[in-house]
Amino acid sequence: MYKEEQVFSAPEVMVDTPMHFCPGCHHGIIHRLVGECLTELGLVDSTICVGSVGCSVFIYNYLRVDAVESPHGRAAAVATGVKRARPDNFVFTYQGDGDLAAIGLSEIVYAANRGEKVSVVFVNNTVYGMTGGQMAPTTMVGQKTTTCAGGRCQERDGAPLKMAEMLASLEGTAFSARVAVDSIPHLKKAKKALRKACEVQIQGRGLGFIEFLSACPTNWHMTPLQANARISKELTSYFPLGTYKEPDHTQE
Amino acid sequence: MRSERILVKGNEAIAMGAMAAGCECYFAYPITPQSDIPEYLSTALVEAGGEFIQAESEIAASNMLLGAAACGKRAMTSSSSPGISLKQEAISYMAGSDLPAVIVNICRGGPGLGSIDPSQGDYYQATRGGGHGDYRTLVLAPSTCQEAYDATIEAFDLAFRYRNPIMILGDAILGQMKEPIHPWKTRGRPAGEAEEWSLSGAKGREPRLLKSLYLSEGALAGHHAHLVEKYRTMQDEARGEHVWTEDADLVVVAYGSIARIAKSTVRTLRAEGYRVGLFRPVTLYPFPSPDLAGLAARGKRFVTVEHNTGQMVDDVRLAIRRHADSELLTVYPGVLPNPEDFEHPIRRLMDTENQPEEARHV
Ligand SMILES: Cc1ncc(C[n+]2csc(CCOP(=O)(O)OP(=O)(O)O)c2C)c(N)n1
Ligand code: SF4
Repeated sequence: MYKEEQVFSAPEVMVDTPMHFCPGCHHGIIHRLVGECLTELGLVDSTICVGSVGCSVFIYNYLRVDAVESPHGRAAAVATGVKRARPDNFVFTYQGDGDLAAIGLSEIVYAANRGEKVSVVFVNNTVYGMTGGQMAPTTMVGQKTTTCAGGRCQERDGAPLKMAEMLASLEGTAFSARVAVDSIPHLKKAKKALRKACEVQIQGRGLGFIEFLSACPTNWHMTPLQANARISKELTSYFPLGTYKEPDHTQE
Repeated sequence: MRSERILVKGNEAIAMGAMAAGCECYFAYPITPQSDIPEYLSTALVEAGGEFIQAESEIAASNMLLGAAACGKRAMTSSSSPGISLKQEAISYMAGSDLPAVIVNICRGGPGLGSIDPSQGDYYQATRGGGHGDYRTLVLAPSTCQEAYDATIEAFDLAFRYRNPIMILGDAILGQMKEPIHPWKTRGRPAGEAEEWSLSGAKGREPRLLKSLYLSEGALAGHHAHLVEKYRTMQDEARGEHVWTEDADLVVVAYGSIARIAKSTVRTLRAEGYRVGLFRPVTLYPFPSPDLAGLAARGKRFVTVEHNTGQMVDDVRLAIRRHADSELLTVYPGVLPNPEDFEHPIRRLMDTENQPEEARHV
């Protein structure tokens, strides 16, 4: 006879409902990590989530927190307004690579440079997912998409943007890291980094930025396992995992 | 309570009105001829403990406004024509998400970069929503510095009454002229304003969501039904100023700075014995159509005077269509008209039944 014992459950803040993401998509895992961090840091009651445009637009369907939608790319500006209006609340944005690195590049650079005390979850899946797999600012050179059928050409399209590195160079960025959730060890590191991206806000140090290399099996035309393998084999060589900026503890 | 009179620019009157109304957050990007507003508030609002940000662009400023509005703060942005175009994306989102905000447009000449000269070229943009989608913003059109001050205070109340973006539409004449105003103390921000719906963290209550996305079948139609009902109740705010319209044969219709200049013309012509009056829409949306329709039903003739190539005349014609039509006298953007410029064309209109061709523009 088995004795049933629950050893793994969703954090309270997560709504118990099927997600709309494609099989193998990492958005769901990243949502969960966000939910875990909010719970563990005791932020659920004080959080205001700033949604964006892209496959993650329904984040408010999965997290029991106050939320506002922002126009495509503008989440960092909306979050600025929210945080300035309610400095005592915990504020985070959740944005894709098309959203943050293309149309919203100016907003994130300036929010980071001002040192806005918000946390930014950046999901880099190297394509525009929701609109059907067009080229993103993070699409790899040679990667085929619906708007670069022959593969991204650096001469024509430029090189993929490295946001974690770029934002780390700004004074107002308190924490910047790139992580992945393609394997258990990576996932554990990702969770730690996400916590730090949240903690720097709580400590009032500045903007916390965390870039997730994320799978989009649908638009990569891969199985979920192949997509995971692409992250560890191909993406991490151009987008190295690691922490690019963190608070200097010696100064405390 | 009214106090001493002080001499200020129209732009400063707006900034002071915002302070009097309890504005808590203000976001902007410099553009002539409205930069006195951010300059004033960068000190006054910060000293009062509010939030001032000079954003990196009008796009960012209006999205910061969206964020502060979602938190139920009394928040404002200001700009001028090209900047307002950039703000329209967020204004559309705020309208779609039922968010209160005050947006000031000190209009300049266009299209494109145009010039910093006075113009009323943004009438369509202001009164037809301006951004994408089917929405409206309530539009106030002050014509004096005192009215600019009063309208700004009123705009905050209206924004929260309707949970909607409110626009103050001025122009370079209003923004840059100086005249005495009576600043007055408002009763301040009503207690608990926005507590029912704004975001503050879901402590002890269900989470709140402010959004404009309605994907499931029929949901967007339902949202529009709600918006239409809101715009219907807003019609109560429609109003205009009547100057000698009662016994007038010809009613000049003009708003903002041009109405003020036209008022001088009307005064001169009255002295000459012409039975001419002025109707000045104070709200441009909702348009005070019932007032105009009433005048038309009593057999008046109309001429619309505008500082553009003819925009408000559409609303005038719609309002009076059952009884009359309106002539159009336009002043091209970039020209600063004098009251005398309107005298000849209006006299000709009153002396002849038909509008002479040269009366079309000054
Ligand atoms: C102003 C504007 N431009 C374009 C779009 C269309 N659009 C919706 S989602 C999207 C791309 C989102 O891609 P990404 O941010 O990478 O997120 P993902 O879907 O991959 O998670 C685009 C271009 C829009 N909604 N608004
Ligand atoms: S399209 Fe890509 S990013 Fe969007 S849900 Fe599917 S797998 Fe995820």
